[in-house]
Amino acid sequence: VRADLDREGGWQRLHPLSPLTRIGRLVPVVALSFVLAFAHDHGQEGPLYYPIGVTVASVVFGFIHWMVTRWKIEGDTLRIETGLIRRDSKRLPLARIQAVDVVRPLLARMLGVSELRIRLAGSGSADGRLAYLSEATALELRQRLLQKRGPTAPQAVESLAWRGSVAAGAGGGSTVAVDSTIGSGPEHVMASVPTGRLVGSFALSGVTLVVIGIAVGLLVLAIVAPKTAAAVVGFLAVYLFSFISGIWRRLSNEFRFEAVEAPEGVRVRRGLLQTVSETIPYGRIQAVRKIEPLFWRPLGWCRLEVDIAGSGRKNQRGEGSGVARKALLPVGSAQDAWHLVDRLIGATLPIMTPPPHRARKKAPLSYHFLSAGHDNDHAVCVTGRVRKVTTWVPLEKTQSIRKVQGPVQRRLGLATVHVDAAGRTTRAELRDRTEAEADQLIEELSDLARAAREHRARPLAERSSNVGAPIPSGWYPDPSGRHEQRYWREGQWTQQVSDKGHTAVDVL
Amino acid sequence: MTTSAEQAWSHPSPTLWRLRQTELALITFVIALVVGLIFGATLGTVASIVSVLVAVLTGALSSWFVRNRFRAWRYQERHEDLIVARGVMVRRLSVVPYGRMQFVEVTAGPMERIFKLSTVKLHTAAAASDARIPGLELEESARLRDRLTELGESKAAGM
Repeated sequence: VRADLDREGGWQRLHPLSPLTRIGRLVPVVALSFVLAFAHDHGQEGPLYYPIGVTVASVVFGFIHWMVTRWKIEGDTLRIETGLIRRDSKRLPLARIQAVDVVRPLLARMLGVSELRIRLAGSGSADGRLAYLSEATALELRQRLLQKRGPTAPQAVESLAWRGSVAAGAGGGSTVAVDSTIGSGPEHVMASVPTGRLVGSFALSGVTLVVIGIAVGLLVLAIVAPKTAAAVVGFLAVYLFSFISGIWRRLSNEFRFEAVEAPEGVRVRRGLLQTVSETIPYGRIQAVRKIEPLFWRPLGWCRLEVDIAGSGRKNQRGEGSGVARKALLPVGSAQDAWHLVDRLIGATLPIMTPPPHRARKKAPLSYHFLSAGHDNDHAVCVTGRVRKVTTWVPLEKTQSIRKVQGPVQRRLGLATVHVDAAGRTTRAELRDRTEAEADQLIEELSDLARAAREHRARPLAERSSNVGAPIPSGWYPDPSGRHEQRYWREGQWTQQVSDKGHTAVDVL
Repeated sequence: MTTSAEQAWSHPSPTLWRLRQTELALITFVIALVVGLIFGATLGTVASIVSVLVAVLTGALSSWFVRNRFRAWRYQERHEDLIVARGVMVRRLSVVPYGRMQFVEVTAGPMERIFKLSTVKLHTAAAASDARIPGLELEESARLRDRLTELGESKAAGM
């Protein structure tokens, strides 16, 4: 069957249940039309015309869409053709694929189908969507797309038993999560988020505290002046609603979050009603960001985000594809985060140095966090006022390096070095370095970035161990985050740790 | 840089300064005319003359800023990357490797066309990469465009 795919006539259809599954997208519209119908007719007669009409129209359009949509893999491109009146023919070169997501809305999960979203570098309109495929097909196609990617020889693909019989409705009954069972090789869970911790992380957010503050304020007001309080509550109800729906959205998006190490890349699985499985191939990561909000710090929690190339359409946030910034770990321990960063971009923690003391005059509110450093493969910086944000930018991804010096900085003899990666705001800002250091950094980083680009063909494992110049033995910030410092001796971390001047022993 | 032969900075054409002067003179003239007429109609002749003087003086002062800004703009073509430096108040220096270049944009606005100048801008995948060189003679901009394109192709490094 596989040979068919590469032949001219090897077009595939979407799953026959697709038109039915698309109704799921209309649930809010149908609900709204119900409400409108009842409001209009006072529930007497024919209130069902609107919702039934909407549903039927959706199925008809869905069926037409299914009729006119076809896809196939042709050499090194995935072709998707759709559209009845305005024919839309897409060619997605496999080498340019940045991420592949498998999205399963609730209805799709019940019917055993999945949507495949393929993201390319560049504008959002180039992204590919296949809604819906049978789960088995979706997973195999995903694997094939990711393995064909790049210059690596796709020998492994040959061994795959390619199931092309989509139209026959294969796999319609398997609703279990088959991610780990089909073809994609051994997976190993790198981090997961227990529900308790997820809920705790919401409770400890700044917004929650504001809401609690307002609630307490209202309570006081209710005792003093009940009538005013009632009016204020009415006014605040809208905000309360949006707050709750925001929490619900995050909870349903990040429920049962799991980051898994797969042969093709890091796979993130999450979702309550709609499950999403995003695959980020190794080597497609433009930047990694570790965020430590104020209230999470006592618990040692942090959030990890990665930037990949592509268009970040804000209205699709949290929906899988279309988001250039993906959560790799919504909330996790510093150790989890460190492990993930290490696996993803092979990041060592270079020696981080704070800017000179005089920088406090320029950045009084963020000086306490500011620090920056780099090794042969990454530029790393720490910024933030209340939230501590650590950013890694792999030097091989560097698009440009800039030195920016404002008037205050010039007076103080300071300058900021920006290491830009692809995207709108994806960059490491090595803030407020001394002028001499900034000039040196510009030269050094552009040389290192060039060297990194030239060596990008090397496999990741080889690269990450290639730290280059040995770091002198001494006390450095503990990479595990459990202690303030850890002793580094002859190229490796020791068991000796230090907290506020007291030393102890802790296995890394 | 070990591989690159250090070379002197190149600057935008001196014609750019004439262009900026002309622009400034035009803007100053329009503003002076408008404030002069408004104040003349509402507050009388003296106010009108004073406001016109203030406008002209502001124009003259800005010409000093514009001149500094023009002088600060410079670029250097090295072996592996293009360096563009600019700015007086906020000084910026961008190093853009040729291999990261996505496309070169050459634009010429109406004023620039009158003075036979054009602006060359280097685009990378990062929105922040800030490599724009204004006020290049047509020959120089064509040369730069071709050279950058050629270097970009030979050193291309994808995403």
